[in-house]
Amino acid sequence: MFRAIGYSIKQAFKQLVRNKNMCTASIFSITSMLLILGLFFILIVNISLLAQTTQSQFDSIQVYIKDEVSEEGIYEMRNKFERLSGVKEATIINKEQALKIMKSRWGDNGYLLEGLEDNPLPNSIVIKVENLEDADAVVTRIRASEGIEDIKYYKSIVEKLLNITSFIQLAGMIIIIILVIISIVIVANTVKLTVTAREREISIMKYIGATNWFIRGPFFVEGIIIGLIGSGVSVAIMSFIYKKIVGAFTQQAFVMFSISMVPHGFLISNLVWIFISLGVGIGSLGSILSMRKFLDT
Amino acid sequence: MIRFENVTKYYGSNRALSNINLNINKGDFVFLVGPSGAGKSTFIKLLLKETDATEGRIFLGDMEVTGLPNRKIPKLRRNIGIVFQDFRLLPKKTVYENVAFAMDILHIPAKTIRRVVPQALSLVGISSKAHKYPNELSAGEQQRVAIARSIINNPSVLIADEPTGNLDPDTAWEIMRLLTQINLRGTTIVMVTHAKEIVDKMEKRVIAIEEGRIVRDDMRGAYKYHV
Repeated sequence: MFRAIGYSIKQAFKQLVRNKNMCTASIFSITSMLLILGLFFILIVNISLLAQTTQSQFDSIQVYIKDEVSEEGIYEMRNKFERLSGVKEATIINKEQALKIMKSRWGDNGYLLEGLEDNPLPNSIVIKVENLEDADAVVTRIRASEGIEDIKYYKSIVEKLLNITSFIQLAGMIIIIILVIISIVIVANTVKLTVTAREREISIMKYIGATNWFIRGPFFVEGIIIGLIGSGVSVAIMSFIYKKIVGAFTQQAFVMFSISMVPHGFLISNLVWIFISLGVGIGSLGSILSMRKFLDT
Repeated sequence: MIRFENVTKYYGSNRALSNINLNINKGDFVFLVGPSGAGKSTFIKLLLKETDATEGRIFLGDMEVTGLPNRKIPKLRRNIGIVFQDFRLLPKKTVYENVAFAMDILHIPAKTIRRVVPQALSLVGISSKAHKYPNELSAGEQQRVAIARSIINNPSVLIADEPTGNLDPDTAWEIMRLLTQINLRGTTIVMVTHAKEIVDKMEKRVIAIEEGRIVRDDMRGAYKYHV
């Protein structure tokens, strides 16, 4: 048994070296498929994260308080709001906190805010509702209170955003599934080319009395190795590209975006396992599928 | 050693072999002759279980070939050495590897392989070319490699399908001497051939097939099949 496995591995490497061109072609097709897959994966993951953060940022009612209202007054208002039905929590964000949040959101560009003499931001109370549907009723009741400068809430925006992101997620999943199927077909065909090129070899092996698994073994291992190399290459390229993208977003004016991008290390360490299992799966499945015809008799 | 009992084979509605009864003993050297399309290839295919008989039973030693489950086919073929007209060597393996490969299949320890393969190569007289690739050899040398491969696992039967078909007369006789030598060691040999001269000179058993029937079976026969 072990000798058989050892034999397969040894032969697989010999075959790889002796059929360099075919193997390069297979590796290339797996790599390019995984790259396209990876781009969609990154897109979907980031859009999901963006949707989540946006939702948590905007899924609240922001009540701006007039400057003349005293600190005690603000506390009273908060307690009153919190007791309203449908309200989950109400938090006070005073001028200084508001400025701090803004600075942190602007990230590296936060120094732009240093030049301000007066803090122009108002005190505010952020109200989270239990359900988005309750927001309208809550806003109507808050509006009746004294000392309120403005009320901002983004129900329609959040709803639209959720619709768009769930659509993109669905479309992305469908595209990924289609791509996986296409890549299995492509790899199966590439492997079939290598098998066809060795059809004679296989028929000779059968004449000498080789069992199907003995013939299949080296091709199977070869498929796994090709899958491993393909996924390794594509992870490396993906990692490089994603680092560049994150870097570009952080350095450029898209300050808001950079915060909600999935960290490079986290994404790549997940991608490694996905790619390796996909690559190995596609490679081994492709080799077994494409050999079926030749092992029938 | 090889026994056919009332074997008939149809391909669709074409009858390739018709009620063949045949017994080849251990250690025999048999020529199978006949015009193209007479059923010689079908005979070999049935013996290797490449195709199944429509009727009748086939035995190799005490193994019944007909009715052998597919997974046991490799085991059957390991008992039969085969040599083809076109040699069928693996082009990307060296002479040594081509022969060793037949032992790899049986998972024979590397140590044994290293000991036995050179012996086989020297038996067929090709030791000096052990590390060449098939396309670097002459036709006769390639056939020698194929013969070394076919006998490396000591099969009880060696089937030679027009082994001299691609060789010039002198080389053909060298191959025949080699086959005779192998036969003398006790291996049963069935040789399909069109080489009249060889059959006539060897004076071995000749089985002539025409249109799917055995038309002649002479113990010390000649090639002629229209008597």
